[in-house]
Amino acid sequence: MAQPALKVMDLAASYRKNKVLYNVNFEVAAGTLTGVVGPNGAGKSTLIKTLLDLHPALTGHIEFYGLPFKKAKKKIGYVPQRGSVDWDFPTNALDVVTMGLYGNIGWLKRPSRKDKQKAYQSLEKMGMEGFADRQISELSGGQRQRVFLARALVQDADLYFMDEPLAGVDAATEKAIMRILQELKALGKTVLVVHHDLQTVEDYFDHVLLLNKTVIHHGKTENVFTSDKISETYGGNMKWITSREEGYHVVGPSNK
Amino acid sequence: MWSALLTSNTQWVLISTMVLGIAAGTIGCLAYWKKQSLMSDSLAHASLPGVIIAYLLFAEKDLYILIAGAAVSALLGAAFIQGIRQTTKITEDTAMGMILSVFYGLGIMLLTIVNRSAGGNQAGLDSFIYGQAAAMVRSDVWTMIILALAAIFFVVIAFKEWKLYLFDPAFAKGIGLSLKGMNILYTLALVTTIVIGIQAVGVILISALLIIPPLSARYWTHSFGAMLFLSALFGGMAGATGTAVSTLGSGWPTGPFIVIFASGFFAVSLVFGKQKGILVNYLQFKKRQKLAQFQQNNNKFKAQGVSK
Repeated sequence: MAQPALKVMDLAASYRKNKVLYNVNFEVAAGTLTGVVGPNGAGKSTLIKTLLDLHPALTGHIEFYGLPFKKAKKKIGYVPQRGSVDWDFPTNALDVVTMGLYGNIGWLKRPSRKDKQKAYQSLEKMGMEGFADRQISELSGGQRQRVFLARALVQDADLYFMDEPLAGVDAATEKAIMRILQELKALGKTVLVVHHDLQTVEDYFDHVLLLNKTVIHHGKTENVFTSDKISETYGGNMKWITSREEGYHVVGPSNK
Repeated sequence: MWSALLTSNTQWVLISTMVLGIAAGTIGCLAYWKKQSLMSDSLAHASLPGVIIAYLLFAEKDLYILIAGAAVSALLGAAFIQGIRQTTKITEDTAMGMILSVFYGLGIMLLTIVNRSAGGNQAGLDSFIYGQAAAMVRSDVWTMIILALAAIFFVVIAFKEWKLYLFDPAFAKGIGLSLKGMNILYTLALVTTIVIGIQAVGVILISALLIIPPLSARYWTHSFGAMLFLSALFGGMAGATGTAVSTLGSGWPTGPFIVIFASGFFAVSLVFGKQKGILVNYLQFKKRQKLAQFQQNNNKFKAQGVSK
């Protein structure tokens, strides 16, 4: 069997007194597109941050393609939440994307014209070439998200972690981002996306990881993304209402 | 009275405060984007007891010894702030306020004791509070210039790393930049700038030289590199002009004059700044308004034309 892109064993993490994650075990096969789904406070962002060593793990062992994080860094790309940086910082879109290349350029060296070109091409892929010189403070939420994604693309990683890239973006941006995710998958890359919108999970992801402080269920979307498993994740008093004819389904409280 | 400006010692002092201003403007940009402007104020105040204790221990007013003491004391203050923030629920600004007042209080207490002791009064340690650039001798000037240039050099050579570290530290860590290392370098650069400035500008006002120039520069540009350059320029000009004016009167403290000139540059930037200045914003708004009104009138005209 091929080596998994990501292997997580007995992971636990906390914020001060609150246990946020415990007993987290899962494996992600290479070349898959996985949606990490769960209620607010389920530890979705914390899971990604802990995997990337941005938040300390209490226990556990993590392997990326069989390697520890420090040795696999170059294979990993990360798209943080949009709100994690100050967009008033004086720089332009192209410059932010170029930051994705800093690790390859080497420390203390200046980015070359070729690097800038690579960054520009990445912006093009996201349909943002017209905004290369634009101040990042003047970009809309969706445009900022595309810039972040372009920065991750330019890293040319094998395994991508994305923290809510589709939160609060317009339809055009959502489409552009999903097209890129499918492209990455077609190239054999592995992508893990924290996702909040249950309505689109089935259309977007081939694998789903249902998380609520620990892995509730994980596997192929058609096997895992079922009404009983979702309500198990979101709490017992939730009922899965589905009406495919009308084309929408929501999770609402059941009338007991 | 202008002859005071022409003596060779004054010229040296002028150069040193200008280089200090350039360093403070540069390092201040880092503090500005790290959202730690108040940190520089706390560390400056926290350096005072170190100066006095170093003097008491070595009984010598050698600038190397005094600024080494200041550096140790400021770093201790930084460590305390960090410790308080990590182990208690006290927020960072509260921790900074605590350290600022406690260390400064201790410094003033020690200073009073030293001043009462024999010979202590002649040591001129008082000048560390408001700054006395004129009291500096040639060797002090050289020490200052070399350390200031070293701090500037560290920022310029790792320009790209500083930018990434300040804009998105989490991403920086992900691609292999050591945040711990950058934090240490940042604190060292900040403390170095502070301790070399306290003799000329004083512990109370040195932070103004770190805070005001970057703020002024922000109004002129949308590029981090240009902001660093402009901030250094404003800092250097404030340092030089403030010192020049303070040497005109005997015993005039340097710090307040430097701060007044820095604030003057800020006021000009606030109004005339090319990117965020009040005047430019207003003119742009007026221009847009006119354009919008013109288009609206045009549309009305067209609509009337159709209806007739």
